[in-house]
Amino acid sequence: MSDVTSSSAADLSSALQSGELSSVEVTRAYLDRIAADDDTIGAYLHVDAEAALASAESIDAARAKGAELGPLAGVPLALKDVVVTEGVRTTSGSKILDGWRPPYDATLAARLKAAGTVLLGKTNMDEFAMGSSTENSAYKVTRNPWDTDRVPGGSSGGSSAAVAAGLAPWAIGTDTGGSIRQPAALTGLVGHKPTYGSVSRYGLIAFSSSLDQAGPMTRTVLDAALLHEAVAGHDPLDSTSIDSPVPVLAESARRGAEGDLAGLRVGVVTELGGDGHTDGYDPGVLERAAEAVALLEGMGAEVRQISCPAFDLALPAYYLIAPSEASSNLARFDGVRYGLRAGDDGSRDLDEVMALTREQGFGPEVKRRIILGTYALSSGYYDAYYGQAQKVRTLITRDFTTAWDDVDVLVSPTSPTVAWPIGSRVDDPIAMYAADLCTLPASLAGVPAISVPCGLSEGLPVGFQIMAPALADDRCYRVAAALEAAQDAARGHALLAGIAPKENAPS
Amino acid sequence: MGPTYSDPVTSRPESGPPGIAEVEFHRSMSTPSPKGQLTRDEVAHLAHLSRLAVSDEELDLFAGQLAAVLDAVAQVGKADVTDVTPTTHAVPMTNVMRPDVVRPSLPRDVVLAGAPAAEDDRFRVPRILGEEA
Amino acid sequence: MSDTLVDLDEVLTRYEPVIGLETHVELGTASKMFCGCSTTFGAEPNTQTCPVCLGLPGALPVVNEAAIESTIRIGLALGCRIASWSRFARKNYFYPDIPKGFQTSQYDEPLCTAGHLDIELDGETYRVEIERVHIEEDTGKNLHVGGATGRIHGADHSLVDYNRAGIPLVEIVTRPIPGTGAKAPEVARAYVTELREILLALGVSEVRMEQGNLRSDVNTSLAPIGSLDWGTRTETKNVNSLRSVERSVRFEMRRQAAVLDAGERVVQETRHFHEDSGSTSSGRSKEEATDYRYFPEPDLVPIAPDEEWVEALRAALPELPAARRVRLREEWGLSDTEMAWIVNAGALALVSDTVAAGASPGDARKWWLGELARRANDSGVELTDLAVTPKQVAELAALVAAGTVNDQLARQALDGVLAGEGDPAAVVESRGLAVMGDSDELVAAVEAAIEGNPDVADKVRGGKVQAIGALVGAVMKTTRGKADAATVKRMLEERLVSN
Repeated sequence: MSDVTSSSAADLSSALQSGELSSVEVTRAYLDRIAADDDTIGAYLHVDAEAALASAESIDAARAKGAELGPLAGVPLALKDVVVTEGVRTTSGSKILDGWRPPYDATLAARLKAAGTVLLGKTNMDEFAMGSSTENSAYKVTRNPWDTDRVPGGSSGGSSAAVAAGLAPWAIGTDTGGSIRQPAALTGLVGHKPTYGSVSRYGLIAFSSSLDQAGPMTRTVLDAALLHEAVAGHDPLDSTSIDSPVPVLAESARRGAEGDLAGLRVGVVTELGGDGHTDGYDPGVLERAAEAVALLEGMGAEVRQISCPAFDLALPAYYLIAPSEASSNLARFDGVRYGLRAGDDGSRDLDEVMALTREQGFGPEVKRRIILGTYALSSGYYDAYYGQAQKVRTLITRDFTTAWDDVDVLVSPTSPTVAWPIGSRVDDPIAMYAADLCTLPASLAGVPAISVPCGLSEGLPVGFQIMAPALADDRCYRVAAALEAAQDAARGHALLAGIAPKENAPS
Repeated sequence: MGPTYSDPVTSRPESGPPGIAEVEFHRSMSTPSPKGQLTRDEVAHLAHLSRLAVSDEELDLFAGQLAAVLDAVAQVGKADVTDVTPTTHAVPMTNVMRPDVVRPSLPRDVVLAGAPAAEDDRFRVPRILGEEA
Repeated sequence: MSDTLVDLDEVLTRYEPVIGLETHVELGTASKMFCGCSTTFGAEPNTQTCPVCLGLPGALPVVNEAAIESTIRIGLALGCRIASWSRFARKNYFYPDIPKGFQTSQYDEPLCTAGHLDIELDGETYRVEIERVHIEEDTGKNLHVGGATGRIHGADHSLVDYNRAGIPLVEIVTRPIPGTGAKAPEVARAYVTELREILLALGVSEVRMEQGNLRSDVNTSLAPIGSLDWGTRTETKNVNSLRSVERSVRFEMRRQAAVLDAGERVVQETRHFHEDSGSTSSGRSKEEATDYRYFPEPDLVPIAPDEEWVEALRAALPELPAARRVRLREEWGLSDTEMAWIVNAGALALVSDTVAAGASPGDARKWWLGELARRANDSGVELTDLAVTPKQVAELAALVAAGTVNDQLARQALDGVLAGEGDPAAVVESRGLAVMGDSDELVAAVEAAIEGNPDVADKVRGGKVQAIGALVGAVMKTTRGKADAATVKRMLEERLVSN
């Protein structure tokens, strides 16, 4: 074990199982890194070192007694603060939930707890997951470990920064329009958005119910598969949870890493950075993506261009559907049962107190989206906006369905650009929204998509996206693992190993 | 009957059941302008509907920003959606139900622990104006 | 609040009423609509709540299958078409008793549509068309504190209990019901009565109106006779007794007629019914139409009942009240009119249960429509509210039939039952109400009567048999009614009449 805080979770798991490391040692190493570096990075909203060490100790004690433990037992992790955790502060990045201690665990939190993982803390995020840079957090700015003047992506930017900076071996993020994949891409991580319905949403603070999905953010493809397997599977508490076996993911990753993609049919999506669709894309991003496609071809994949015309409308459709659902999902934050209440001075009536509470509790982006969503659902506008967007969604799904006749996976860049400077897009919602251009189609269609690093541009990580049919998440892992293995071999080390604090950076 | 899951991912069978399922979800009462035009007054009305006590400065800011956003999202109107059914759920499942079995509730002290104000074992709220329910 | 009212008879000389009802029924499922919390009535506040029905962040709903089945069964009993594709929708509005900021309901894709219910009233049949039957969730309960009356107006603050939030609620909506004329108030009441009977027969709800299990929003409008258009309607909310349904329609007809007579327009609004005065008052006149921004609930998947499921539920429907009435009338050998009296008195189940407990149909009918109806009327309560069970009534009838008590003693025994002294036989025992048999005490009383009235005795001996009544009366007087008159007469005859 070279360095605990830069190794993969799979390696940590092996070291814990062999007794080479104790959970307390691993946990303490991460807590030390957090203590040393998180003031700079700002990845975490809440860290409970004592609780983390206590659960690490109990895992070590159980192991010492010879208890049957799962492979993840004793491995620390970080959860995006959108995941409800019993007794542990959960804010979803919003002031309106400041101080709330939930009385229950999200299903995925309960599964990870039962698997013996050690919760290091809850990570920063755009408020209610609305954003692409984590700058919409009500609490703090999170910095990209590759360049601390830049954003770590969003909305799961706390999770991406934590894993990339060595402040957690891996983390859970959530993805509504790209919030796992885009921050993973911007920080050189692997991030997977599972098939909608394959990871329980019970206990994830809802942003857009028909799009939200939790998934892994990790240093390696194999780690992502392992974490995904740990949280996936049917949950009777989530009506949209798919009751079918989880595909074998880790095994697919291992097989993929062998580098044989013979017979795999790969479609490069024209509308996502292809000919005539390069506006807004960094040339460096397009170059890295093209190199990745060439690598796949080199491993035996058959590559062709696939046109998905409806993808051009994914952005407007998404920015109608998600705010509409959000306007309803966020109505429960009314200052009656939990969270913030403002202006209750005895003179104001309930309506006024509710409006003041929500005004003070929500940040500007959340308010903008609530207002937009309220508008899109209004009588008289429903058909033209929400209704029309849902039909466009059907068209996007049809484009995918048609493509699956010809190809096994679709690929594109994950993000049109590399990480941008903090503050450069905050006043321009449209520019910010464009960051999700490539990730939205898979979200709207509910299909799985993974982002895997494919090199650097301007010294910053570029992500490559692989999309597959619903329930075929294993294909994402297989192809991503092949790409990862080929690149690591060519480079001589993993991409993340090239990360260095800015002040020590060679340039 | 158990839940069903079938590919492809569509919100409902293309040859959907007749009758009520074919009814459009909303009747259009007026047609919005093709270019999104959100006036300051409209934003104020929407903010009220959303229970957001926005400030005057915010109203000005949001009206401008939302007009731009609305312009962008109005692009969905360009799509030819003749005979296209809307996707409202990303999973093509039906009939997901649970048996009628009582499960333990939360202890009341836990329920009220997060309340901004409580009295007599209930959530306390300021006086309610408006309709008697 | 001084509404001018027009006499009902006069209203009908100029106007034609149209009524309509939206009835909410709390289902009697064990658990709530979308979570496993208990639905038991009367629990301590906020003890039957969980993350789902409190609307905690992250919690998700899962549909209660029994509630869906109950809704479909109600639809089938009302002759509805059961949708093969049905969805939930979110009805968005802010109110402290709805924990999610929206109510999960059904909008344009309800489970059941296009049914009907035939109402029999005074020998006429009125067909009430049912527009839809859908399932939704109930709200929590607000308690208003600091006002003079516990009402919302003038209250200082309010307290919310979410035990009721999320209890499955079925909404049954009629189409407008025209053509009822003077009978409009009674038709409204008869409709709710019949609906309640059906719900009881289905066993889907306890339908305890006093607990709010069944509440009706009653729409009333008036149009000038001969007009092709219907008038503007008002909606009287949450009317929660059969009597109030009738009274609210009557009041609105009289009030609206006065408004129209004055050349004014009826305001389309919600109104509240006041039990004490039998009047309605205006709710908030909405300064803006509420925009509920309905959209399909993305946290739930559609309910698509297949034919097999629906047919299985149809096959398992119990005998419905209308069919049951026909059958019982025949079994009991009653005329249509006699049966109608029982039904109109709301006594069918009571009579039927009394017969089932062993009484003859005649006795059961006589007790419930006679003595017991009088008692209920005297104390201003419903028959069902009397503290006597059909089984006790059957027991009382049996005691009379066996000669253990006579009618007068039986009424005294009923007093004891109603006073909570126990079952009839026990009351007869404890109060010493049993008819005297051929006992020494009775023999002594008979002989004392003969001795005390020698003139009358002689008349009887002389053949004037009808004079014996005076002697019987004397015996009954000395025994304070405990003797059986027929026995006394027989004993007197043995002593005074030869052969």
